[in-house]
Parts: sequence; structure tokens; C-alpha cells
Amino acid sequence: MGFSIKTLTALSAFLILSAISVIMLNIIIGGWSHISWEFLTTAPKEGMTEGGIFPAIFGTFLLVVIMSIFSVPIGTISAIYLSEYASSTSIIARYIRFSVNTLAGVPAIVFGLFGLGFFIQFVGKGMDNLLYGGLELKWGQPNILWASLTMALLTLPVVIVSVEESIKSVPKELREASFALGATKWQTIRKVIIPNSLTGILTGGILAVSRGAGEVAPILFTGAAYFLPYLPSSLSDQFMELGYHIYIMSTQSPDVEATKGIQYATTLVLLVLTFALNFSAIFLRYKLRTIKSKLS
Amino acid sequence: MEKIKIVTRNVNFYYGKKQALFNINLEIPEKKVTALIGPSGCGKSTFLRTLNRMNDLIDGAHLEGEVLIDGINIYQNGIDVVALRKKVGMIFQKSNPFPKSIYDNVAYGPMIQGIRDKKILDEIVEKSLKRAALWDEVKDELKKSALTLSGGQQQRLCIARALAINPEILLMDEPASALDPISTIKIEDLIFELKQNYTIVIVTHNMQQAARVSDYTAFFYMGHLIEFDDTRVIFTAPKKKETEDYITGRFG
Repeated sequence: MGFSIKTLTALSAFLILSAISVIMLNIIIGGWSHISWEFLTTAPKEGMTEGGIFPAIFGTFLLVVIMSIFSVPIGTISAIYLSEYASSTSIIARYIRFSVNTLAGVPAIVFGLFGLGFFIQFVGKGMDNLLYGGLELKWGQPNILWASLTMALLTLPVVIVSVEESIKSVPKELREASFALGATKWQTIRKVIIPNSLTGILTGGILAVSRGAGEVAPILFTGAAYFLPYLPSSLSDQFMELGYHIYIMSTQSPDVEATKGIQYATTLVLLVLTFALNFSAIFLRYKLRTIKSKLS
Repeated sequence: MEKIKIVTRNVNFYYGKKQALFNINLEIPEKKVTALIGPSGCGKSTFLRTLNRMNDLIDGAHLEGEVLIDGINIYQNGIDVVALRKKVGMIFQKSNPFPKSIYDNVAYGPMIQGIRDKKILDEIVEKSLKRAALWDEVKDELKKSALTLSGGQQQRLCIARALAINPEILLMDEPASALDPISTIKIEDLIFELKQNYTIVIVTHNMQQAARVSDYTAFFYMGHLIEFDDTRVIFTAPKKKETEDYITGRFG
């Protein structure tokens, strides 16, 4: 009996391992031969059947940078409020926590629709009416700013959870030492708690970027473009993005078969990017833990 | 008669609904060492932490009664807790240097008070480390991380850090309980030196230590102050039976 259960658990674990291996191998074999310097640095040509994916790499990069500018500070400040200022029994804190958890469980496409409804239709149109009297359409259409903000909402829970965890792991003794030296709460947060949570904030940021780089649904209606002959140069420009580019090539291209190799290669680039980000987050956490254990 | 620095009047202390201190009346003399002894959970650390309002950090804790320092009730409305803690320094059981350099640890208190002048900071750091008898050991490596110091050195660094903000009172919560005998002796010698300038209240589990370093001793048991007297009297001719039982090792 014991043996068969052991076999069963080992088998299901093996199943996971083989699934990952098959996916990875398939993508590497299909995409490796198309990866070249030229592929990474030039724009698509001939209806995406040739050329590179540079605009998509650039767009993805820009997306996650603008997203981080919003989600990391807001997430960090929220985490500080939740762990330092809000009493654990207060109704507001419980409501915020509930919202964060709910936010984390909302399907990505719902964020996309929200972004379209709120940022583009409401905020963007409102800005156009205010700035141009409704005569010009500048902000009331999909662009990289609205896409980044939508993505920031999606990744906010990731940042909050990661930062809150690392704030909680700052030893109580250090807080007490600071208070006992006559520091105010804000001084203690600024000089002791934030410096000792920096790796957590960084980890949260990386996880958010990795999540953001991998999601397509939130940017479908809010800013991603099918194909652009130029790189985005202002916040009101649309952009190309890796995940969306794969979707486009595999479903919307005039000649899907001809783009196959490029699809594989693009997927490989996206995977390497998100894996690298995830691994650096894991590495940072590990570093953080060893530092913490040295402290206590 | 000595000058009295701290007076507590009918202090009752509660963690939520649980009462931890019962009607504590105590007068702590200035520039002397007062030891608080008693078995674990008797309330001596809780009492120590009422003296710089460190218990404020605990959710649901509250105090009844008065704690007067230089005649001012530190629990009255409008008291600046931050200013109070500058006057009443604290040394913890587990040495807790910040993961910063030795210099930055000592300069922490003065810097949050707004002192930015490097020359003044240098002076404070040197003076504080000298007073904590650590200067000679670290003067050439002030930029090194405080975490590289030994346990005993770390605890003396924490004392230097507390001295840097010029307190009048030092609260010590079992400052040597995690240290080896040689480091313990160094800390005790230091306490002996410091009492010329500071009022010291020390919680200790170690009866010999209380006998060695303190002028006065208060014996706590189950949240009550059982007896307070000259250390010599407490250890040679206690008036209460509980005190005698405890110091002769019959319980605790």
C-alpha cells in the first residue's frame, strides 16, 4: 500500500517534470535556429514572415518599466500602511487586505476590460474633452500609458504581498532599538524598516515585472498594436509586445505557416525573459534569508 | 537621604484583560543601580518597560496609576514619548545592533535628532564608545559592520548607542544573560562605572549579579512587588519569607 502511494506521488511529480521538459524542448528546438542578433534587433518584415522582433522587445520593456513606476511605489506604500499603521483589527485594514486578495484572483481579461472602460473611455476621453474640447482624439484611445496602468493594477497584489512579507521579517528587536533611541515611527520606518526590506521590495518588483511581461489579456484593448512601423516615442503611442506578437502571428497573420519559426523564437525569447526574472527573484529571496539568519 | 529619580504610584498593568502588575509602588534613587529580580513571568521586565513606555508598542496593553520621572507623570496626556525615550535609554536582553557600521549605530540616535555636523557626530561617537569601554577595541574599524563584533562587544555597542543621546536613566533588561562570563564581567564593571552619571535599573535572573552590581534590589513575584530594600538587606536579612525562599533558591 505504502509503496503504491509512493509510486503514485512520484509519477504525478514526474508528469509535471515531463510536461515542462516537453514544452521547453519543443520551443528550444523550434526556435533556436531563428535566434540571431538580427532577429533580436530588427523589425518584422514581409507580413511578419521575416525580420526580427525588436519593436516587441522594446515595447515589452517600456511597458514593464512604466508599470513598475506605478506599481512598486504604490504597492510598497500600501504594504507599509498595512503592516505598520493599520491595526490588525481595524475594519479598513481588513477591507484593504480583502481587496488585495480579490484583486489577485481577478482574471486578467477583466483587468483589460476595466482598463478600456476606466482609463480609456473615462479618464482618456475626459482628458480629451478637457484639453481639446473633444475635438481631438489623443488620450481617449489605447496607448502605452493606459496599458501600463492596467498592468500596474494587475501586479499590485504581487508587490504588496512581497513587501509586506519582508517588512514582517524585520526583527522586532531592531524596531524596539530604534524606538528606544527616541525615533518616531516614521523615522523608524525610513531608517530601519525600509532599508532592511529593500531586497523584498526589489523581489516584489521583479515578480511584478515577470508577471506583467507574461500577461497579454490586460493590454489587448488598452494599448498593444498589431504592427507598428515606428517605436513608441510618447505615452500616447501604441506599442508592440512579445506575448501579443505571438498571439497575432499565430492567429491573425496572413500566412500563419510561414511565421512558425518566428513564433517559436519569439516564445523562446519571452520564456527566457520571464524565467530569468523569476530566477533573479528567487535568488534575491535566498540572499535575503541568509542575511536575516545571520542577524538573529 | 538620596534624591529619588523615579516614583511609581499604584501601577497596575494589563495585557488585554490579563493583569500583569498589581499596585506597584516603588521609589528608585538617582545615580544608583536598582536591580529587579524574581522568577520568570513575575512582571519585572514588564515593569521595566513601563518606565520608558515601551509597552505602548503592544496592542491592547494599558496602565493605571502614575509613573513619575523627576516629578512628572510620564503617562499624563500631552507627554512627548519620543522626548521621554531620549531621557530614558534602554539596553535589551538580546544585543540588537542595526545591520549598519559601528559608527552609524552609535550615531543613529544623534542623527535622528537632527545632528548632521560630522565633527560633532565624531565626538559623540568617540565619547560614547569610550564610556561603553569599547573604543580601544574598535577605534580603527568604525566603518566595519556591527554584526562582525562578538556578542559581548555588540552589547557594549548597544550601550554606547544608548549613551550617545545623553540619557539620564538607563534601563537594562537582562543585559548579560546571553554572554559568556568574561563579557559579563566587562558589562558589570561598566555598570559600576556608569552609575556615577546615570540612574540604572537592571532586570536580572542572576542573583549573584544583582548582589554584585546593585545598590538596591526589588523582588517581584506574580506581578506583585514583594520587597524593596538595600541590596545588602535583601540578600542577608530579607523581611519577607517569599524573598528569602527565592534568594536561597527554594523556588524560581
